[in-house]
Amino acid sequence: MSATGETVLEARRVAMKFGGLTALSDFDLTLRTGELVGLIGPNGAGKTTAFNALTGVYPPSQGEVRVAGQRVNGMRPHQICELGVARTFQNVRLFRELSAFDNVRIACHAGSKSGFTSAWLLTPRHDAEEERIRQRAGEFLAVMELGHRKHEVARNLPYGEQRRLEIARALATGPRVLCLDEPGAGMNASEKVALLALIRRIRDQFSLAILVIEHDMRLVMGVSERVMVLDHGVTIAHGRPEEVRRDPKVIEAYLGDGKLKLRPPRGAEGGAA
Amino acid sequence: MRRARLVLRSVAPFLIALPVLWLAQGASPPDVSIVLVAIAVNVILAVSLNVVNGFTGQFSIGHAAFMAVGAYTAALVTTGMQDLQLLGLPEGSSDALVFFLALLAGMAAASVAGLLVGIPSLRLRGDYLAIVTLGFGEIIRVVIENTKALGQATGISGLPPYTNVVWAGMGVVATVVMARRLLLSTQGRALLAIREDEVAAEAMGVDTVGWKVRAFVISAAFAGLAGGLLVHKIQLVTPRMFTFVKSMEVVVMVVLGGMGSITGSIVAATLLTVVLEWLRGVDQYRMVIFSLLLIVLMLTRPSGLFGTREIWDALPRWLRRRVDGGTP
Amino acid sequence: MTEFLQHLVNGVSLGTIYALIALGYTMVYGVLKLINFAHGDVYMAAAYAGFYIATALDVRTHPTAGKAVAVFVGSMVFAGALGWAIERFAYRPLRNRARLTALITAIGVSFLLEYGFQLPSFQAQGRTFEEMLRGWGWTVPGWLDALVSFLPASFPPGPTPRFFPEPFVRVDWTVLGGVHVSNYDVVSFLVAVAFMLGLQWIVFRTRFGMAMRAVSFDPKVAGLMGIPVNRVIATTFVLGSVLAAVAALLVAGSRPRIDPIMGLMPGLKAFVAAVFGGIGNVPGAMLGGIVLGLAEEMVAGYALSSFRDGIAFAILILMLLVRPEGLLGRVTVEKV
Repeated sequence: MSATGETVLEARRVAMKFGGLTALSDFDLTLRTGELVGLIGPNGAGKTTAFNALTGVYPPSQGEVRVAGQRVNGMRPHQICELGVARTFQNVRLFRELSAFDNVRIACHAGSKSGFTSAWLLTPRHDAEEERIRQRAGEFLAVMELGHRKHEVARNLPYGEQRRLEIARALATGPRVLCLDEPGAGMNASEKVALLALIRRIRDQFSLAILVIEHDMRLVMGVSERVMVLDHGVTIAHGRPEEVRRDPKVIEAYLGDGKLKLRPPRGAEGGAA
Repeated sequence: MRRARLVLRSVAPFLIALPVLWLAQGASPPDVSIVLVAIAVNVILAVSLNVVNGFTGQFSIGHAAFMAVGAYTAALVTTGMQDLQLLGLPEGSSDALVFFLALLAGMAAASVAGLLVGIPSLRLRGDYLAIVTLGFGEIIRVVIENTKALGQATGISGLPPYTNVVWAGMGVVATVVMARRLLLSTQGRALLAIREDEVAAEAMGVDTVGWKVRAFVISAAFAGLAGGLLVHKIQLVTPRMFTFVKSMEVVVMVVLGGMGSITGSIVAATLLTVVLEWLRGVDQYRMVIFSLLLIVLMLTRPSGLFGTREIWDALPRWLRRRVDGGTP
Repeated sequence: MTEFLQHLVNGVSLGTIYALIALGYTMVYGVLKLINFAHGDVYMAAAYAGFYIATALDVRTHPTAGKAVAVFVGSMVFAGALGWAIERFAYRPLRNRARLTALITAIGVSFLLEYGFQLPSFQAQGRTFEEMLRGWGWTVPGWLDALVSFLPASFPPGPTPRFFPEPFVRVDWTVLGGVHVSNYDVVSFLVAVAFMLGLQWIVFRTRFGMAMRAVSFDPKVAGLMGIPVNRVIATTFVLGSVLAAVAALLVAGSRPRIDPIMGLMPGLKAFVAAVFGGIGNVPGAMLGGIVLGLAEEMVAGYALSSFRDGIAFAILILMLLVRPEGLLGRVTVEKV
């Protein structure tokens, strides 16, 4: 948890290349505590790739990523998590056969250094830590309104609750930065509104910086202070929602160049709608 | 007083098991005791392999090699210290102490082997990891076969017959306690997370490679224990005892019992040991039946007998609390 | 110098055999992402099939070119059928299950073949078996009786080795001042290269080959595109098994001793060759085979011959640690 306004995550000219394909180029980002920044763009724009670069899933091909001032290029994801960056995944990646409680408890363990021996000897320290983890996990489940699902196996949860569980799990790692990859995907409008309110609340409650990838433009515009727009790996716009919404480059990226073809080319099957 | 109670809780299983095993030892004629030891050895192997294959979801199919390392190390210690009278103790106690040290040495050596194999291998996934563990297993066996000091292909014979039902049984207790306490602990949950989704586990701060290596090492250590116990029953250690076929037998036990279920491993190991013993009468058909069983098992019920469940899951909540000192 | 050339010749000769077997591994891994542990044992079974056919045709005392062809073709057909059966009954049902399940099944099939062939002959056993059943009041069903009598009298062959009859007379030449080459080496090499080139042509120049490659990229999508995935996979197995049969027969000529576990080491080494070249990659398997054959010959010739088998494992582990995708393989990045 950090003081408001402190820079917690920075990306400088980050690029990701896979073989001949450049998925992300010249990506810049400065994220401060208390901010909620949206990352949008059409499919395949490189948003999840940016997340992967920031959280260490892939080492950046170029550029630099810093967490609270410390350079993290090439670090393993678990090390970056320990420094305070947590994330959720585009396709929910819960520990499916484990309970909701266990999913969160595992995240609470992050950074703990005890090895197997304390588990075997049933030391008081081990018991105390177990109790502490139980408490913490319970609290995070409550925050995401999943207390009633504590012992339910993750794969049995309804989709919306699975997404909330993933957020609870990420929160349990005690991050400074929370990266949410399409947290509202698959939800209906009212569920999304509730989710966004929840996200704002946890940002304030836990003094976080939040980076959200979202497809739903209205959702993102409504909640973010700043929005970044990616297209084909390039940042084509960056600013306040109202400005970005009107930017012609952004409109073109989402809707095409405006020259709609209303009639099928000659020779197509007659009668086809 | 509280401290005493905590220590007691920690060693309780061993204290309870000891007299039971002593009685069992007294009551068994020699041919029964051989089978009991064989079952115990296989249970230790299956439960220890389950830590890697079941809890952590990795593919290790070279388990017999760690058994070999433990067996040979223990054998060297016992034959080397055969006539020593340790600490001026009378012969019986001195022998017991020597055996205990030999088993520990075997476990330590097997751990080192596990570390050497695990560190480079555990960066690989799935099939590749399986092949590498198989490869290392064969290499270890080939090295033993070519080392004069270890008796090459003939091995070492005339080992003192230290293993009996008590020793083997305590070995089982140690292994099961290790596995169970691990499973119910924070560290055990990290292993389960790796099994469920390695990428997500890593993203949630779990040092996946570190934990995988640790699981591998502890699994190898207990395989070493099994090896040490086995060879001091049959009083002989040769490389042929630790082939890929033996590794596969253990894999079958783990899969049959259900990967991730300690109960399953115990039941399956017992069942398979008995069946394989029974089939020794039709020795030629033994392996053919074994392979048919294996194929049929994979085609019909690959989750095994118990899946990931344990018998103690069926116990009422309050009973579990007393035993564990906390909710699982 | 002549010694070096001799090792070179031997190495290439050995390498082509490994390459033929490796192709089977690599193709199956390509389409199924499965390491077919049983492949080496199909090689073994093919050798026995050839042996039984040769015995039935009395090749040992009256060899003819026609009979040699019959042995070859018969063995290849048998191997193809065996490969097809294994895929159809042991692997296909597990197509959508965890990879470990299929891997364990493959190991099971391998053991089944190895130990199955070590059983004593069914016909000899059959009599004891029949008497035992009669003692219990049962009789052997007619179809079982017919099936067993159809099999060769000495099937299963049991653990004692047999000796493959020479398909044609061996001629040895000495070239380049001391290097021994036999007509077997030359024929082996030419046949092997011919088959490899044939396979290369199939994979890269025919529609079927394109289907194979499509399935190896993404079976689900290939299926959606109208490719008959099951048929492609089955044919891949058949092709691989046929090549293994060719390898077995070429070896049986110069090394006539066959036994039920003869497939174990060559199978393992061919697998290493496939991994070395890049598993899933056809030219890689050929390259890997030759390289492994040469490496083995050089190590056995110049270093310790008892480490002949060890070199394969050493190469395997080195490759998997340093470059798991193999020499010609593509690096696949997991999508998160």
